[in-house]
Amino acid sequence: MEIISKFLEKNGIVFTFLVVSLIIYFSELIAVKVTNKKIPGSAIAIIIGLLLAYFGGVATGGEKGIADIKIFSGFGVLGGSMFRDFAIVSTAMGASFIVIKRTGWAGVLSLFLGIILSFIGGVVVALLWGYRDAVSLTTIGAGACTYIVGPVTGAAIGASSEVMALSIAAGVVKAVFVTIVTPFVAKYIGLNNPHTAMVFGGLMGTTSGVSAGLAATDPKLVPYGALTATFYTGLGCLFCPSLLFIMMKFVFV
Amino acid sequence: MIIYGVGILAFCYVVGQIFGEFIGKLIGVNANVGGVGFAMILLIFINDWLKKKNYLDISTEKGITFWSQMYIPIVVAMSAIQNVKVAVSSGFIAILAGIVPVLICLVAIPFLSKLSKNTPLN
Repeated sequence: MEIISKFLEKNGIVFTFLVVSLIIYFSELIAVKVTNKKIPGSAIAIIIGLLLAYFGGVATGGEKGIADIKIFSGFGVLGGSMFRDFAIVSTAMGASFIVIKRTGWAGVLSLFLGIILSFIGGVVVALLWGYRDAVSLTTIGAGACTYIVGPVTGAAIGASSEVMALSIAAGVVKAVFVTIVTPFVAKYIGLNNPHTAMVFGGLMGTTSGVSAGLAATDPKLVPYGALTATFYTGLGCLFCPSLLFIMMKFVFV
Repeated sequence: MIIYGVGILAFCYVVGQIFGEFIGKLIGVNANVGGVGFAMILLIFINDWLKKKNYLDISTEKGITFWSQMYIPIVVAMSAIQNVKVAVSSGFIAILAGIVPVLICLVAIPFLSKLSKNTPLN
């Protein structure tokens, strides 16, 4: 037993290839046999991934889901930001520059709107929960953008660690929720073309949520959504601790 | 050769990401701004140029398309390393602060995409 687990640890990424391929195989099977192709196999695979992440977190108390269990540590490499971004870039091969150029300004608009709307949403929830100081409200609002914008903003304006943790959690919830909900709401919001995918990426902003959600909806849309989403976190880190924080200070103490 | 395709992809990735890091520094943000986006646009242009020059053979192209086929498996691995436990167990405020903004933005999508579709091609 020990020999096997040592071996799997040492060959983490290859073992991950094996496990992921099995997950996808069974997901396709479920998609065809159980749901009659109503739910895409990739959506099921991603949800299985999230369940594994939950069990990993409960079993180890760690932060990296299944990758905290030693024999599955390869998940951390294959699912880490390097391979994710590398694969996202490769999807641009099938993207049309004309469409990107044509939707460009709407993409930019959706980025700004996405940050402001998410921020307001987060602030309103924090208000309902009784937070009244500008620092906490801004940090939670920033967390509602992405789980990177939250702590970056909180650190910049001096939020308490409790509020920082809350903002990270809000960002993680957002990423998970976007992942799960996208394939199910796609047809109601007209998310079936590159234009809408670019707007979607800009409004949602969470790269992991957008990339996983679009992958489960229609892989052809991934490059368009990812293209705008990739600017979101950076812009959020720019605006939340500066402009939005100053505006919050006008209203709250 | 396949490795040429992988190399082209890696070139775009490295150049785009470094560019994103610099932009982040430039606007004083502790994050990469649009690195992946720049890399993607670079790949689109290089791909276009290589095709026009007829430098791109099928196996070179396969070096790039392999990775786009690996995209979903990578996303599955990514979802398996999310901090789902925190998302589930951190109480109502975090859950609502994560979900409410998404719902607001979902409602905004049809309006914004209508705007962009009305732009004529020129």
